[in-house]
Amino acid sequence: MPLIEVRDLSRVYDLDSGRVTALGGVSLDIEAGELVAVMGPSGSGKSTFMNLVGCLDRPTGGHYRLDGAAVETLSGDGLAELRNRKLGFVFQQFNLLPRVDACANVELPMVYAGLDGKTRRERALNALARVGLAERAHHRPMQLSGGQQQRVAIARALVNQPRLLLADEPTGALDSRTALEILALFQDLNREGVTVVLVTHDAEVARHARRVVRFRDGHVIADIRQEPADARAALAVHDSAAPMPEAAE
Amino acid sequence: MSLIEAIRSALSAIGANALRSALTMLGIIIGVAAVIAMVAIGSGARERVDSQIKSLGANLAIIQAGNVTQGGVRLGAGASSTLTDEDARAVAAEVEDVVASASVITTRAQAVYAGTNWSTTITATDLDFFAAREWGLAEGRLFEPEELRRGEIVAIIGQTVAKNLFGDSDPLGQMFRIRNVPFKVIGVMAGKGQSALGQDQDDVIFVPLDTGRRRIVGRNYARDRSVQTIMVKFASEAAINPGIEQTRALLRQRHRLMEDQEDDFIVRNLTEIANTATAAASTLSWLLAAVAGVSLLVGGIGIMNIMLVSVTERTREIGLRLAVGARQRDVLSQFLIEATTLATIGGAVGIALGIGAATAIARFAGWPFVISPQTILIAVGVSGLIGVFFGFYPARQAARLDPIEALRRE
Repeated sequence: MPLIEVRDLSRVYDLDSGRVTALGGVSLDIEAGELVAVMGPSGSGKSTFMNLVGCLDRPTGGHYRLDGAAVETLSGDGLAELRNRKLGFVFQQFNLLPRVDACANVELPMVYAGLDGKTRRERALNALARVGLAERAHHRPMQLSGGQQQRVAIARALVNQPRLLLADEPTGALDSRTALEILALFQDLNREGVTVVLVTHDAEVARHARRVVRFRDGHVIADIRQEPADARAALAVHDSAAPMPEAAE
Repeated sequence: MSLIEAIRSALSAIGANALRSALTMLGIIIGVAAVIAMVAIGSGARERVDSQIKSLGANLAIIQAGNVTQGGVRLGAGASSTLTDEDARAVAAEVEDVVASASVITTRAQAVYAGTNWSTTITATDLDFFAAREWGLAEGRLFEPEELRRGEIVAIIGQTVAKNLFGDSDPLGQMFRIRNVPFKVIGVMAGKGQSALGQDQDDVIFVPLDTGRRRIVGRNYARDRSVQTIMVKFASEAAINPGIEQTRALLRQRHRLMEDQEDDFIVRNLTEIANTATAAASTLSWLLAAVAGVSLLVGGIGIMNIMLVSVTERTREIGLRLAVGARQRDVLSQFLIEATTLATIGGAVGIALGIGAATAIARFAGWPFVISPQTILIAVGVSGLIGVFFGFYPARQAARLDPIEALRRE
């Protein structure tokens, strides 16, 4: 059984100016353990697709099963629980809470999972160690670089051991070297068994995925498998060409 | 999330905008302060009236010798000696519901004992006085009817006089002098404390009415039966006003006043005087209640306003919380708790301020004030309820946000 099973999924918006079909009957399977890039220009339907897959929105037609659960039949609370237990989100703008430290940011999904404070702290520190930020656990977002903030966000996405990591333009706000680091981290996590879906308009980012799904005008126009570029190797090349101090710990 | 964690997180959100939060709380602070001051002063005034009545004796009326006009000159209250102890007896006998009717003559004099002396109030009166004032003895005895009739030179002294004249020794049976007349102490009154006006009521020497009139006040009163005041105690509060009317009619008749002549005496209802203080305090209480009501309403609206601003500012945070698995009710309760915490802190500050204001008003106006734990609990409860009531709409707005829209918002 695929992790994500999408059949004839559509999303139509009723606007004052008429009906707009953002997604028009998409069928797609994603297996556990894949690293998929969802590509397309703006307005292609890739964001709508991601919102539906991320259980943030409901389809107007078709079916979506996430890890066996029929998502379109779930209530608002059911969707919230699914987002909490099975999904981890990474955003372009990191979306960290500015008032609390990295550790508390990572704890947030566990707060809504109803875990006690001690377990949360323990698991949050583990997740931060996994993204290489054990030393920065008690820094506030303002005291961290962009790449470090995105690592905190990834740690937050991972902390409830989700079935799927959904990353929406995760490197969009980062310089090219930091972007490579984040992509390398996704590749590492994928090798450890985490299923990753990267939504991007950037072909350079998509090169690092084993599978690329292209959207245009609300439809899938291509679904290709490729040999992914190795972000770690690219980092090594990058650093030997222009030596730079390590941006991240 | 446990409630304590939720409150801690609310406190950090409130602290992040400390000035704005403080300004928002102002309405609640003023409202709660007004409520606290109102209740404190209101119950303080009530307590004072109660204690006044208790220290005076309940249901008392006082008749003073009053104004007389001599050749067109009005001499004012107390100028004449129109009242007599026969009037007092007549009131006791003929007016309904009279429990006691005491004749009183008061003067100041120096009391001398051994090497010491003490200036004090001499009250010449009869046994009805002690009944009217509900005042008992600490030791010794009251006057015998025979002592009153014959005007014997015996005295009952107050606690202050006992202490200042006799020190540690037992005053009973001792002889002391007033205006060179030797008096024998036959009793010591129980302590009564300060009067409503701050006078020491224990600084007094009681002597039989006739003794005082002849031996201490002197010639002026020695020729007649006159007294300065008559103190009348009625059986109940309801009996006071009809009793006063009957007393007036009786005294006018006894003094042979014509229809067109003024009263030559003044009758005062002491309970009524005490109640006037309550009325003034209750006017102030109503004023404060109005201030409190308006402030609490404005404060509540202020909280609603600032919470709406906060929801708008933190739209992305709300979107993120929804994305990581917060349910609508989690977001709702987060903002409700924040509004309630804000209001409750305002309430706590208001309580402190209200106690301060009550203390100041009480000192300025000379009123006592009473702050009970219930008042404080109610104030905290009310401010919390205001937080919940006015926080609900903004919190619901937050909870109903669409996570996609919220995450996209800049």
